[in-house]
Amino acid sequence: MCLAVPGRVMEIEERNGTRMAVVDFGGVVKDVCLEYLPDLRVGEYAIVHVGFALQRLDEESARRTLALFEELGLLQEEFGDPWEAAAGSGGEGGSGFGAGSRDGEAIVAEEGGR
Amino acid sequence: MKYLEEFQNPELARGLLEDIRAQVTRPWALMEVCGGQTHTIIRHGIDQLLPEGLELIHGPGCPVCVTPLEMIDRALEIASRPGVVFCSFGDMLRVPGSDRDLFRVRGEGGDVRVVYSPLDALRIARENPDKEVVFFGIGFETTAPPNAMAVYQAQKQRVRNFSMLVSHVRVPPAIEAIMESPDCRVQAFLAAGHVCSVMGTEEYPVLADRYRVPIVVTGFEPLDILEGIRRTVRQLERGEHRVENAYPRAVRPEGNPAARDMLEDVFEVTDRAWRGIGVIPRSGWRLSERYRDHDAEYRFDVRGITTREPAQCRSGEVLQGLIKPNQCEAFGTTCTPRTPLGATMVSSEGACAAYYLYRRLGTPAVPLEASPVA
Ligand code: SF4
Repeated sequence: MCLAVPGRVMEIEERNGTRMAVVDFGGVVKDVCLEYLPDLRVGEYAIVHVGFALQRLDEESARRTLALFEELGLLQEEFGDPWEAAAGSGGEGGSGFGAGSRDGEAIVAEEGGR
Repeated sequence: MKYLEEFQNPELARGLLEDIRAQVTRPWALMEVCGGQTHTIIRHGIDQLLPEGLELIHGPGCPVCVTPLEMIDRALEIASRPGVVFCSFGDMLRVPGSDRDLFRVRGEGGDVRVVYSPLDALRIARENPDKEVVFFGIGFETTAPPNAMAVYQAQKQRVRNFSMLVSHVRVPPAIEAIMESPDCRVQAFLAAGHVCSVMGTEEYPVLADRYRVPIVVTGFEPLDILEGIRRTVRQLERGEHRVENAYPRAVRPEGNPAARDMLEDVFEVTDRAWRGIGVIPRSGWRLSERYRDHDAEYRFDVRGITTREPAQCRSGEVLQGLIKPNQCEAFGTTCTPRTPLGATMVSSEGACAAYYLYRRLGTPAVPLEASPVA
């Protein structure tokens, strides 16, 4: 029940004096109360729990974190056990991981699509 | 960008795991506080991917599990009364009270309804002015602001037939209790990310200092957990004990100020019994004086109730991280999610249920280690 999940704001409206939004959770749509995040805008993501938006999801920060994870992977490929690295990439040369990390941001969309 | 799939990526997990392996030089015991994190860890078998000696101790952070038995019995008592509509989150239905559960009360004719949000319960109250509508307000700091809002609006809109049975709990006093326990093996904490989305991180430096433990605010996706572990291990290996935020996309230092103001107004801090653990000073919230009219404990006067916990259940030890669920004799035999003996077998955030769902056959349901990349 503690589950809180990110969703994307589709519409915003006042209902009985309460700021409400229609939020999309990867296809499932729900009504969400915005009283705790009144300046949330259409198109933004927020962490939603039991019908309330509790915190805005910071896209820039998410991207930075993922970029850091990329780097870690690269370091390990460089300094790690070469046999393990080879096994991990399936021995097929250009893994999705290696290819993506070369063109920076594209990786996010690409990896996310899997 | 959906913020879900990206943080489940197995190839990125490999880099994180390798970095953890590269850093660890000796055994460490970390506690993940939150049951949502326990769920992710067991579901993806993260604990089994970690290097030897790096142990995850599952914490008491499942609100369904720690709601005290006397509160459950009060809920059952109120829900059985005629003229009452009792509203609750779904996973409270199977939580065993002393002699039955809410599911059974409904079977016996009680008007028990499952709601998604506390505002749904408020709406039911508005639509049924001739009924007493009671909402079971449980949860950690994440759930407290939504529940507070329902009470606040009930008072503002004069919905007099709405009340709440409140059994909220707070994380920082639980961390204190764990560290003060003589059996404590915990050397660092993964703090609950969504609790900090609301409360921020200001409550934790004093704890990190006093107990000399790293506290790393951690999210809920597999990569979030690995990053929390990685940062925790780095601190431990260096002999540091700081508060770090490994979940910055959803946690700001100040949390959500509007939500915190509402909590200040609607609730007051109180001692609270945790099921299986006992009373932890100042570890709960109850409705503050000015919202007493909406406090179901007063409205229904259910305060003198005696309780009885089943003897075989060892959920207290599970909740304190002293045993793993499968070390309980009843696990998977007399105790299953359909016939739970203890609350930890009920919600999928409870450690016993997580083990039952994902660990019964010995393998995680969703393996995280990358299969060969296509
Ligand atoms: S397996 Fe069942 S009986 Fe054993 S500790 Fe868990 S909830 Fe209690």
